[in-house]
Amino acid sequence: MKYNLTHLKELESEAIFVIREVVAQFENPALLFSGGKDSIVCYHLAKKAFYPGKIPFPLVHVDTGHNFPETIAFRDNLVKNDGLELIVGSVQESIDQGRVVEEKGFNASRNGLQTTTLLDTIEKHKFDACMGGARRDEEKARAKERFFSHRDEFGQWDPKNQRPELWNLFNGMKQMGENFRVFPISNWTEMDVWQYILHENIELPSLYFSHEREVFIRDGVIYSDGEFMNKKPEEQIEKRVVRFRTIGDMTCTGAVESPADDLEKIIEEVAATRTTERGTRADDKRSEAAMEDRKKQGYF
Amino acid sequence: MENTTTGYLDMELLRFTTAGSVDDGKSTLIGRLLYDSKAIFQDQMEAVERASKKIGGEGEVNLALLTDGLRSEREQGITIDVAYRYFATPKRKFIIADTPGHIQYTRNMVTGASTANLAVILVDARNGLVEQTARHSFIASLLGIKHVVYCINKMDLVDYSQEKYEQIKSDLDDFTSKLEISDIRYIPISALKGDNVVDRSKNMDWYQGSTLLYTLETVHIASDANHVDCRFPVQTVIRPQTTEYHDYRGYAGRVAGGIFKKGDEVTVLPSGFTSKIARIDSYDGEIEEAFPPMSCTILLEDDIDVSRGDMIVRVNNQPNSSQDHEMMVCWMSQRPLQLNGKYAIKHTTRDARCIVKDIRYKVDINTLHRLEDDKEIKMNDIARITIRTTVPLFTDRYQRNRQTGSIILIDEATNETVGAGMIL
Repeated sequence: MKYNLTHLKELESEAIFVIREVVAQFENPALLFSGGKDSIVCYHLAKKAFYPGKIPFPLVHVDTGHNFPETIAFRDNLVKNDGLELIVGSVQESIDQGRVVEEKGFNASRNGLQTTTLLDTIEKHKFDACMGGARRDEEKARAKERFFSHRDEFGQWDPKNQRPELWNLFNGMKQMGENFRVFPISNWTEMDVWQYILHENIELPSLYFSHEREVFIRDGVIYSDGEFMNKKPEEQIEKRVVRFRTIGDMTCTGAVESPADDLEKIIEEVAATRTTERGTRADDKRSEAAMEDRKKQGYF
Repeated sequence: MENTTTGYLDMELLRFTTAGSVDDGKSTLIGRLLYDSKAIFQDQMEAVERASKKIGGEGEVNLALLTDGLRSEREQGITIDVAYRYFATPKRKFIIADTPGHIQYTRNMVTGASTANLAVILVDARNGLVEQTARHSFIASLLGIKHVVYCINKMDLVDYSQEKYEQIKSDLDDFTSKLEISDIRYIPISALKGDNVVDRSKNMDWYQGSTLLYTLETVHIASDANHVDCRFPVQTVIRPQTTEYHDYRGYAGRVAGGIFKKGDEVTVLPSGFTSKIARIDSYDGEIEEAFPPMSCTILLEDDIDVSRGDMIVRVNNQPNSSQDHEMMVCWMSQRPLQLNGKYAIKHTTRDARCIVKDIRYKVDINTLHRLEDDKEIKMNDIARITIRTTVPLFTDRYQRNRQTGSIILIDEATNETVGAGMIL
């Protein structure tokens, strides 16, 4: 008998520990669920953490209204099959209520508007901890993020004044009105997530696997055609064999050309690829510190 | 699961921290490890190239920009906060806690070291053992890091001199004999040029040892965890209360020490009731043996009262149970430690409050001298103190068990984590 864990088992064990700490330390936690692979993995880990009991918190989806139809179908199916509680925060509602103003132009995105909807949803349901599937390897501002990330009463992140986080002693103490974002898979890489999905045989939206799709190219990025896509006259629709490495809004998520139609092939592709997964995300390219700036305002 | 993915599913995880003084080239070293092991992606590299030009660096790409993630860090050219970086080779997956070298940021090194198996400490070959080297070594030792690798960096600037290297190695040998580090290694490198980081140096034939990466890939870490003293702090109780699992009552937690098996006779602290382990459960089925750092759920044969903060231990191997504790503390707040001050504390899964009864001495972390007359404990100071807690804590010496020997102090007014304690 060898008394050491493989890296995936150790990461799993750490994430389960963090999720259980959240339930033990907070009164009203929630899991932010986007329908992307990282939040699906978080959901799977939460299931393991409380087995054979049920997950003692709801799933929260901030719906921009610009999701891929496949994502929404996957979400609804999961909620129905597993008997989960789902809370949807709607960016469209925030727009209708005048809480936010929609961006204009060809590269308009609702990505930034999500923050207001997320903060409103947190306030409305009085969530004191929102778990999410963000990883430190995704983006350089996230490399400095804590597992337990404190947010003030305005939902803001103060990167220069974070609480030190030592050993596995997580400090979730807070004042009234403040809340936490918690990232159980902080220490996972894109490769770890894919290996874990393979190892655990976790179901994913079909978007992650290679398929033929109607797309158009803008600034070198392959975008899916769809009803929210604001095309320029010269942008031609063509059919290509593609898959998505990350899933955000249709308006800001680019596809990659790929023949990888199963998990083994995706892992081989991830191992060989020379660009980060967020390289297909227009929301990060707006400036050098785009992620840091959004996170300070309350983006997750 | 045949084919190429099999190997990757069976890797070990090594967590290490890096420390060095300002401009010792830590960020460059990490950049080099990531770059040479091909963990840096093309778009990241392009972003760094763009940023290097903007800052006005000439010629070589500034690899440090890969790790300095915050806007103010890039502007000032310094690392402010602990940054976590990831890379993998076919042998291991690595988590790096990159900690800043500035004097005011000792708390960051303590933070990064608290979860590390190994510390890489950079020494500038031109300067040798300086105050900061002493400090970093002391912190690594204090935080119970078992493996320390001294990288004598910038060898290219001392003409790859063996004499220089041997002198520094001998100075470090003398110094580290005063510390509690069991495994110490020395490697002459140039992070900038890449000598002995990933690839063997062509400029130092006299060095027969391993490269840094090979050392990181092969250092034996499987026996770093405590497999002797059984400790299971209960995180939460799982009671599904469904028809199928009507009487299910499982104690969820993460093994903090020892190896637990079905049938083991155990005591639950603080109640002192004894029982036997009925089974160890997980989503993936029953677990034969549970060991650190495994998360699992323990079920007992008898229906006794167990809740969060309790600890399941073996009957004949119990931790120290007391309200009085001696510890070293690293102070992390602008507000100095208050003698007779009250703080909230977290220890394993137990919450309590404490009062600081005594400040025994402060440690001069550059010389390791005890300062018995200076009891003003400020940010980044390390001191020996005694505390009394509102409830008993179940502890082991930190050097014996990091999980049951560590404690954090929290300011009750601000909820900030203000102190990191290691029980003696």
